[in-house]
Amino acid sequence: MRKGGGISIWFFVGVSLLVNGALILGAGVWEILYPPTNPVVLFRLHANVWWGAALLLLGIVYSLKFSPNRVSS
Amino acid sequence: MTQMAAMFVVERLVHLAAVDVVIIAFYFALVLAIGWYLKGQSGTGEDFFMAGREMTAWIAGLSFLSANLGSLELMGWAAAAYQYGILATHWYWIGAIPAMLFLALVMMPFYYISKTHSVPGYLKLRFGESARTLSSVSFAFMTVLMSGINMYSMALVMKVVLGWDINFSIWVSSITVAVYVALGGLRSAIFNEVLQFILIWAGALVIPIMGLIEAGGWTNLKAQIAVRASSEYTHLWSTLGSFKDNPMGIHWTGIVFGLGFVISFGYWTTDFLVVQRVLSAKDLRAAKMAPIIGAAFKMFVPFIVILPGLLALAVLPQKLVGEGAAVASGGHSYNEVLPLMLARYAGPGLLGLGITALIAGFMSGMAGNVSAFTTVWTYDIYRALIKKNASDEHYVKMGRWTTIIGVLISVGTAYLVMSFLSIMDYVQALFSFFIAPLFGTVVLGMLWKRTSPAGGFWGLLAGTVSSISMWAWVKADPSALRYVALSPNARDMAENMYRALWSWIVCVTVTVVVSLLTKPKPDSELVGLVYGVTPIPHEKDMALWQRPIFWGAVVFIVFVLFNIYVW
Repeated sequence: MRKGGGISIWFFVGVSLLVNGALILGAGVWEILYPPTNPVVLFRLHANVWWGAALLLLGIVYSLKFSPNRVSS
Repeated sequence: MTQMAAMFVVERLVHLAAVDVVIIAFYFALVLAIGWYLKGQSGTGEDFFMAGREMTAWIAGLSFLSANLGSLELMGWAAAAYQYGILATHWYWIGAIPAMLFLALVMMPFYYISKTHSVPGYLKLRFGESARTLSSVSFAFMTVLMSGINMYSMALVMKVVLGWDINFSIWVSSITVAVYVALGGLRSAIFNEVLQFILIWAGALVIPIMGLIEAGGWTNLKAQIAVRASSEYTHLWSTLGSFKDNPMGIHWTGIVFGLGFVISFGYWTTDFLVVQRVLSAKDLRAAKMAPIIGAAFKMFVPFIVILPGLLALAVLPQKLVGEGAAVASGGHSYNEVLPLMLARYAGPGLLGLGITALIAGFMSGMAGNVSAFTTVWTYDIYRALIKKNASDEHYVKMGRWTTIIGVLISVGTAYLVMSFLSIMDYVQALFSFFIAPLFGTVVLGMLWKRTSPAGGFWGLLAGTVSSISMWAWVKADPSALRYVALSPNARDMAENMYRALWSWIVCVTVTVVVSLLTKPKPDSELVGLVYGVTPIPHEKDMALWQRPIFWGAVVFIVFVLFNIYVW
């Protein structure tokens, strides 16, 4: 939803998913390199790696698709 | 969420890593940035209070659901699932889906075509000023009180889960909401609700996925629950034949007629907190599709709320207990089930996102309360009763100040509750007094043109008074429960449902009788307000897949199949 050529809400959603995804993926990779002393249950599945990657990909798609530059061009 | 002070043990449940704090801080920065960005698009009353009436069906629909999806609801119903099993799902399925579809397909045309700003505003058009005043004053009063209660409860959750100071949580969250709603009005609230909706799912969905992997799938989960609790915990309907056969102490008639009909229809079709989001839709089709989209997502909310509670029954090594027992033994209570499951599976980063989901849920609910309060105060009380002919600019300025004052009243209520915990029980009961009768008044007003202004007002008043009287009767004499709830074995939830049902029946009866004895409005004054005299745009020119009725049918069929699957 935009008004007068403004920024779409989906762009904000994309940015949020992109930043959160990158941070979670980074934290997951860090845990693989430096395993914690008290891991969470099912640590071997590395949920933060694949969940972070999924959010990052979705965030990239939404940020690009609803980018203000792309929308206004 | 009653007796909050006693419900948690003192030690904090989770410890945040640096990346978790960054994720939470980024969330606060982003919602404030959205409010700041939208401040230039809220100059007129239509923009500030109605978001310009230009929202798409998806945005209005997600916002409609998000305003209801508060964090206390997430935590409270996860706790209820642990305590009562899958019965808690009724509040998401039969307690929501039929009402949301009814709002979309039957009631939305009248709300939308009448161009009302609010539900009390519709009552003014249909029944006159007295019905509007009764409805708007009670709604405004209860909305800010509920907002304060939710604020206090959330601050307490943050204290126990994260160790945050209660004052810090109350002021940071309330100032953030006040800033972004005062700056951008309803549009800012809606934009943030969509963002919050996405974050709630992104943060909460990991728990059921990991939980089902650990439990070995749904079939194994049911088997483990049967061993550790009871097989009744995974059946939705088959135990409702008697009050004594299920842990809720409820009968299927209470669920179907009390929850599924009166309470659910009352909340989803007349509570302005949620209806306001749909009124912001850009056209009638979007306004009809928005609740259908909301209903489709509502059906799946049990996957992130109820399923974690059921999974906890199977996988948590410790047994969760009631609040009093938890305090006495130093153990964990039912209400901690969601944070416990989050801490079980979520490492650094995911934990921050999960906590962000809880904060987002709280803020979306609070922004919903505040923006609805602002509109009802400005249009239905201030403009109607105090200052009638001021400029549009004046009302927008009043709206911005009312947002801030509404938040401050909520903060005051939060501190009041902190000192007098029993207030929570009374306010939550008070809120329920108005919902069921209001549904009776609105639905009769929309569907029966013979309903007169006097009938609407006296029906609403009689329904509300009868609800309060029944509540007071049971408080004074607990044995009266056998009359109000039809059984001495009924518990609190059953009492609420039957009280709602009786008050709705009183409202409808009085409305019909008084209407038949008094003069109705002429048809010419009912155009755009009532079925039979309102030209409703037909949808025959649309392809089948574009019609709201088609998607409503799809959602209803899936709803029925879900119920049968876990019968």
